[in-house]
This record gives sequence, C-alpha cells and structure tokens, in this order.
Amino acid sequence: MHIELTVNGSPREADDVWPGESLLYVLRERLGLPGAKNACEQGECGSCTVYLDGTPVCSCLVAAGQAGGREVTTVEGLADGSGEDRDLDPVQRAFVENGAVQCGFCTPGLIVSTHDLLERNPSPSDPEIREALAGNLCRCTGYEKILDAVCSASGARMDTVRSASGARMGTVRSVDTDRTGATGDLR
Amino acid sequence: MGMTLDAPDFHVPTSWEQALAVKAAHPEAVPVAGGTDLMVEVNFDRRRPPALLDLTRVPELAAVDRVDGRVRLGAGVPYARMITELGSELPGLAMAARTVGSPQIRNRGTAGGNLGSASPAGDCHPPLLAAGAEVELASVRGVRRVPVAEFFTGPKRSVLEPDELIAAVHVAPATGPQQFAKIGPRNAMVIAVTAFALALHPEQRRVGTGIGSAAPTPRRATDAEEFLSGELAAAGLWSSRGPLPESLVTEFGNRVRAAASPIDDVRGSADYRRHVLAVLARRTLTWAWDAHRSTEQRTGRTA
Repeated sequence: MHIELTVNGSPREADDVWPGESLLYVLRERLGLPGAKNACEQGECGSCTVYLDGTPVCSCLVAAGQAGGREVTTVEGLADGSGEDRDLDPVQRAFVENGAVQCGFCTPGLIVSTHDLLERNPSPSDPEIREALAGNLCRCTGYEKILDAVCSASGARMDTVRSASGARMGTVRSVDTDRTGATGDLR
Repeated sequence: MGMTLDAPDFHVPTSWEQALAVKAAHPEAVPVAGGTDLMVEVNFDRRRPPALLDLTRVPELAAVDRVDGRVRLGAGVPYARMITELGSELPGLAMAARTVGSPQIRNRGTAGGNLGSASPAGDCHPPLLAAGAEVELASVRGVRRVPVAEFFTGPKRSVLEPDELIAAVHVAPATGPQQFAKIGPRNAMVIAVTAFALALHPEQRRVGTGIGSAAPTPRRATDAEEFLSGELAAAGLWSSRGPLPESLVTEFGNRVRAAASPIDDVRGSADYRRHVLAVLARRTLTWAWDAHRSTEQRTGRTA
C-alpha cells in the first residue's frame, strides 16, 4: 500500500508498504530516519518512542497503515542540530551535559519521553519522572544520570520560559519564581 | 487522505457503521486499535493476519457516555483516559489501568483490545468482573450485551462471533470502595503473575470480585463473594461499619484462593499464584473496608 504522513513537519510518503509492518520500520527503513531505535519490537523497551499526533507511543506497535495521514515527530524533529550551538533541544543538551548517554541506544526514546513529560509537567517530582520514564529501559547508566539530566532539563526549560516570558512581559515574575523554586528542590 | 482506503488487506473504516459492514464482509479481518497485543505477534512473525481492520479512525469507539445510569466506555478508549477521566466513577478500572505497561502502552492500549485478546492476565478484566460490567457486542445482525463473567470461554477465547466487534463496556459507577492489586516483578511493564479486584456494593449489600491470571479465564470468586456478603449482613456490619473480624478476612482469602485454578508457567507457579491470591484478597478487602468505614466517619462529622 501507499501511505502519506507528516513526519517532523514535512509531508512524506512511502510505496509498497506492507500494512502489517510497523511505523518504526517505515521511519527507519523507508524514510531514512534511524533516530527511533529498533530493539525489543514488543513495546517493552521504549527505544522506538515517537510522538503520534502529539502523543508518545511505541512506534513498533503502530501498524504502518494506522499512521497514514497522521503527524509523527521523531527525535530528529525536536531540533535540527544546526547553528552555532548545534541547536539541540534543552532535553538533548541536558542528556549530553549530565553524562546520561552511554551506548546511546535508549537515548532517543528517553529524549522523546522526557520531552513529553516536561511539556505536560514542567517541574516534575522524582516519582513523577520515574513513572513517566518507566517504559524506557536503559541497560548502561543505572538511570541516575538520566534522572539528573531530566531535572537539569526541567530547570533549563524553566529558565528559557522565564527569560522568554520576561522579555515579553514582566508580569509573570511571581509564577516563574514559584516554578523555579519547585525545580530547585530536585537538584 | 492520500493512503489507499479499503486496500484488500488493510481496511480503514471511518464510522462504526462502516466498521460493522467491513467485519461482516471480511470476518477474517483482525481488528487492530492500539496494537499493543496484535503488533507484537505480527512483529515476531507469530501471526500473519489475512487482513487488518483498523479501528483507530472510528470516532464512536472513543466516546465515554452515560447510558441508563451506567458508564458506557467506548471500546477504543485508551487506558490513559480511563485514568484521567474515570477515576471517581470507575475507581477499580482506573487503578488497574494505572498498572498497565508504561505511559506509551497506556496511550495506545484500549479496553476493547484487552477484552478482545481475552488473555487470562488482562488487567481490565478483574475490575470489570467485580463491578458486574457488561460487554456490548455488535454486528450488522444487531447488538447484544454479555456479562463480562460470561464473555470469556477459554485462554484468549471469548463469545465474540467472527462478524462481531466489541463496541463498548457498560459499567455501573461505584457506590462503594473498589480496589485492585497485581503481582509482578516490577511496577511497570508487567504482565500480571496474579491480579485481584474487589468492589463493595453497599447499597446492594454485596461484594464483587475478579481474579486475573490464575485460571483459564478471568473469573469471579463467587463462593467467596456470597460468603462475605452473607457474613457482613448477618453481623450487621454493612450499617454498623465496625471492624472486620480477622477470621472473616482470613476465610475470605481462603475462599478466593479456592476459586482459582492456576497453572505453572514462566511467570509463576500455581502454588505461588494460589498463595498470592489469598494475600491479595485479604489486602484489598482490608483496604476497601477501611475506606468504607472512613466514609461513615466523614459522613458522621458533616451530619
């Protein structure tokens, strides 16, 4: 079958797709996007996590045909990696800076899951982080550096929000202070 | 939409009426919603369905309605929405949904898929059994409702006919405390070694139960339900809300254990499952009864 979908903001299409193949296979093998990783193929490890219409899913469990007409964002779509500071998403930068990447296989899935967590909950508590990342397995790090990275990204994200909103309007100061305080507790 | 609709092997109905028509014309087509069971089998080459019937574009399946005083939970509602939308009305089901897989799995997996797979270990089943839920099945021939307790016929088998689809589950909103407990090696990504759900129905002076992963199908512990309901009534405990005698809790656990017929498998032995089931039954009863008692205390304070 022929499928058309939007990936990282651009219309993409693929031909001769077997309808039972996974979205993960389409992304990696047909569209040349190897960011999402193929590990367990049974939804256990989370290394294939992508956004599907804004919701994090295991792309290995989405049938290719189900993704037709949908919007997919992969780890490649969070930042384009260009520019002076190589334009990383704050979550990606935090993973690099905190030593949360070892072999790197779980990293793309963890980045997407963390990105989603911080979109929904900018200052997550430690249990909330553990719960949000429960579907992403890492066999290298022991998770401590990953948790550090999430806390750091949470803070960095709030700094970005604060400076952006501060530049636009000075009236949200007290809200920002509260949020920063909550983030600080995690450090 | 650019993709080919109704390709020979991938059917994409966009309404419930279309879905039923496709299923009638292609009874061999395997329904797929969240894909969290089916796609695993396909990925591992354990199953090559002759045709797939995608249900993710059928809006009717994603609805949660109130019909005749019951919650009508569309078969396509994912676990994540059971948690966020139904925690107060269907607390047992919401608790079970929280224990499913991971956030990614809860975003995709559905009540209808859980029922359709009919695994003895399905997490929805014990709370639906305890709540006395009914499954709404539909085909072009018509609609029928089957009590959850009669839905399962064997491991991964149900009363679903080849031309039928699961439309919804009808569940009465909780009138008393409900509990769900599940045993597994860790919190996330666990297929239940054994699970148990309990619902107190104070207005009916009745207790509901559901056993998971300890028999060929999910099942109620009917004898344990009748025993406990009778003892609570005989001692006037439903209205006095006094503490439960330890002997009553123990005997309830023993009767729940006796209702199981587990097997040894990779997740646990039959003996372990029986042991665990008695423990879970005692725990959930204690938690639920404590909640029942504290409800009275709250009422007492406000009265």
